[in-house]
Amino acid sequence: MLFRFLTVLGLCLPIQAVAQVSDFMLDNGMQVVVIEDHRAPVVVQMVWYKVGAADEVPGKSGIAHFLEHLMFKKTGNLASGELSDTVAANGGSDNAFTSQDYTGYYQRVAADRLGLIMKMEADRMVGLQLSVDDIATERDVVIEERNQRTESTPGALFNEQKQAALYMNHNYGVPVIGWMHEIEKLNFDDAIAFYKLHYAPNNAILVVAGDVTLEQVKALAEQYYGVIPANQSVKPRQRTQEPPHRSARRMTYYDERVAQPYVSRTYLAPERDNDDQKTAAALVYLAEIIGGSAATSILGRALQFDTQKAIYTSAYYNGTSLDDTTFGLIAVPVPDVSLQEVEDAMDAAIAGFMKNGIDLETFERIKLQMRASEIYAMDNVQGIANRYGAALTQGLTVSDVQDWPQVLQDVTTEEIMTAAHLVFERKSSVTGWLMSPKGDSK
Amino acid sequence: MIRILIVLVVLCSGPVQAEVKIKTLTSPGGIAAWLVEEPTIPFTALEIMFSGGAALDLADKRGAAYLMMGLLEEGSGDMDAQAFAAAQEALAASFSFDVYDDTVSISVRFLTENRAESLALLKTVLTQPRFDPEAIERVRAQVLSILASDAQDPESVAGATWSQLAFGDHAYGASRKGTVSSIAALSRDDIAAAHAMLFVRDTLFVSAVGDISEAELGPLLDNLLGGLPAGGGLKTAPVEFAMKGGLTVVDLPTPQSVALFGHAGIDRDHSDFFAAYVLNTILGGRGVESRLSAEVREKRGLTYGVSSFLVGKEEANMLMGQVASANDRIGEAIEVIRNEWVKMARDGVSQSELNDAQTYLTGAYPLRFDGNAKIANILVGMQRQGLSTDYINTRNDEINAVTLAKINRVAAELLQPDALHFVVVGQPKGLNEE
Repeated sequence: MLFRFLTVLGLCLPIQAVAQVSDFMLDNGMQVVVIEDHRAPVVVQMVWYKVGAADEVPGKSGIAHFLEHLMFKKTGNLASGELSDTVAANGGSDNAFTSQDYTGYYQRVAADRLGLIMKMEADRMVGLQLSVDDIATERDVVIEERNQRTESTPGALFNEQKQAALYMNHNYGVPVIGWMHEIEKLNFDDAIAFYKLHYAPNNAILVVAGDVTLEQVKALAEQYYGVIPANQSVKPRQRTQEPPHRSARRMTYYDERVAQPYVSRTYLAPERDNDDQKTAAALVYLAEIIGGSAATSILGRALQFDTQKAIYTSAYYNGTSLDDTTFGLIAVPVPDVSLQEVEDAMDAAIAGFMKNGIDLETFERIKLQMRASEIYAMDNVQGIANRYGAALTQGLTVSDVQDWPQVLQDVTTEEIMTAAHLVFERKSSVTGWLMSPKGDSK
Repeated sequence: MIRILIVLVVLCSGPVQAEVKIKTLTSPGGIAAWLVEEPTIPFTALEIMFSGGAALDLADKRGAAYLMMGLLEEGSGDMDAQAFAAAQEALAASFSFDVYDDTVSISVRFLTENRAESLALLKTVLTQPRFDPEAIERVRAQVLSILASDAQDPESVAGATWSQLAFGDHAYGASRKGTVSSIAALSRDDIAAAHAMLFVRDTLFVSAVGDISEAELGPLLDNLLGGLPAGGGLKTAPVEFAMKGGLTVVDLPTPQSVALFGHAGIDRDHSDFFAAYVLNTILGGRGVESRLSAEVREKRGLTYGVSSFLVGKEEANMLMGQVASANDRIGEAIEVIRNEWVKMARDGVSQSELNDAQTYLTGAYPLRFDGNAKIANILVGMQRQGLSTDYINTRNDEINAVTLAKINRVAAELLQPDALHFVVVGQPKGLNEE
């Protein structure tokens, strides 16, 4: 009771960005985003390519990620490993990442070293000189990466199977790291072909964040990236899309390493679209309402508190995706409750929510937290840089990113219920049980 | 060839200085704290740390501190777990409670608009925890589920096996999460006792970074922490690092083996510590640029990741490393690592390796200070280590003062190939226990 009035106060909080964001386009088609934050003498450079695992051709799964590893090898001007060595010798750190929709490379250094890292990042955009020797050793590294991330973790194998079952025609059904039997056959020609087709300034976005000015970045970007010619063979992305889903799918993955069984359901869900982010924003609220907080969410209250059938529950939704994304539910039963029982309890709780609608106090609390999370997010300039890079490689614009906090504030309870009716469609879902073969299914 | 290029680059670029203006203050009620005012974003990061952690659990009460910390957001004052969560969500404040072997810590973020209310809510956790029976059973079930999963997880099994071999019956030898039987047996009194023992004024360290002034912080700290009992005086029991050189295999059905390796380390206060720190950076502390990574990953493709690190506990120090390789390749990875240990102990490092590591470490240091939460975390750790606020300005001098002669003497003393022990979890091929 003491705290209720604060909700109202909280809503008046200004979102005043410390970070000044601007963007421009180089003549060769490379988009540049500059995020100024002068609190610390640090800068992050990120180059995001608009290509990811979902852009691979059949039979070559894992090539986007494998190429990401190979990008640290020799170029015309840099020895193998020299880029990372040089960044480290300047006290910085660097790394790279691959998702279904993008591949990104970044360095974090003292702000006065921006030119140095830009020169090297620009160099490997088109200057990679792979040798056949690089392939076998680095492929072994990737195989060990798959061993570590996926093969050693029953939950990761389960997710992989579940994703493959959900997407019937879209490449999102193929894991980013690739299927093991295809990784083992990736070769020199595959890597070079993928590189030549997708790595070019007109398929890349530069994000620079930190203690820099727009003028500085402009001058350096023109000097290093502006001189790389556009590649006319870069084509707009064309991916096979999902047909109508007509049949709910169920699966059980047995693995003797599973100590804690659980049930997980994934629904196909719309993503944030350019100029149409409202449904996605409503789904962000829906995930919070259904499974955001153990003590106050629909699933948490019903399964962890009222009936005490679950140890843990959750709902999740990530709207940043180029094509149809997912909305997921998880319920982990207590020892004496079967997966069927906890799944039934989960369904009953959702059915109750669909009938009773949204508790207004909960809705207002979540709205305030969304607003507060914007304030907390400003503490991490690399996180802000990630937002822009991910959005711009996934079909959104700079203004979509800037509008997003307000779009979230403008969501109504009616919109959330409409989104709930849209997404909770069993025909476009997979329900999976993860369990040990030893565990009875009661 | 590569190295020459790098040295040239380095010579024309000196490291930047971290600009962190730390104020030390003592509140009207006598609470000492470090503060960095950063008014650009309307929130504050507050770090509260208490010396004394899971290693103070009694031998038959293992996991008491861990279970207690898990219960802190499950009800306090006149609020049950759900009312507490609703109150916290209405403030959009976040409290994160962590327990380590020798400390417990609370990481807080709160908005400028509702500072007092956020800290008033946190105060109920420190002074009026409820430990309701339903909440205890709910969290106990969560911990038991975590323990069951840990027993199947190669990394967790490796860690538990390592600790047991190194420290035996000492608290460091047990998981801070406890065991299935110890967790099952913990009573409400045990949990309340852990709370009363750990949250005391005499072991307290505080730092705040963000949109708050000295005058504002003092009274808030008095209200939040002034009511804590004096307490203190409890210390982790002394212990000997007991593991000898060798190899231990734990069978677990998984395609990739995980190995932990290492031996005794060096104290943070030892005059050779910085030399050891730079040495470890070259050995395996610096990601893909380290020697271990060059040999095991880059040249041979035996792993996705190999690293080494110095572990400093209140009563024990270790130099450790970790690697994961397919069951039929882990044997080769271990052989390569052993050889690197021998080589570095015998031949030391080169002047250019030392220079590179120094440039890297001194350049990377100021880059750590780029966020309120990050800075608050560093500052509370500095206080606990007994460092002065000036350490931020002198730390790089210590790194640069390490000479080739010194680091190579330390290499010969610290690295002990015969004492190196490997704990391998998986189904490794061609490895025999020693």
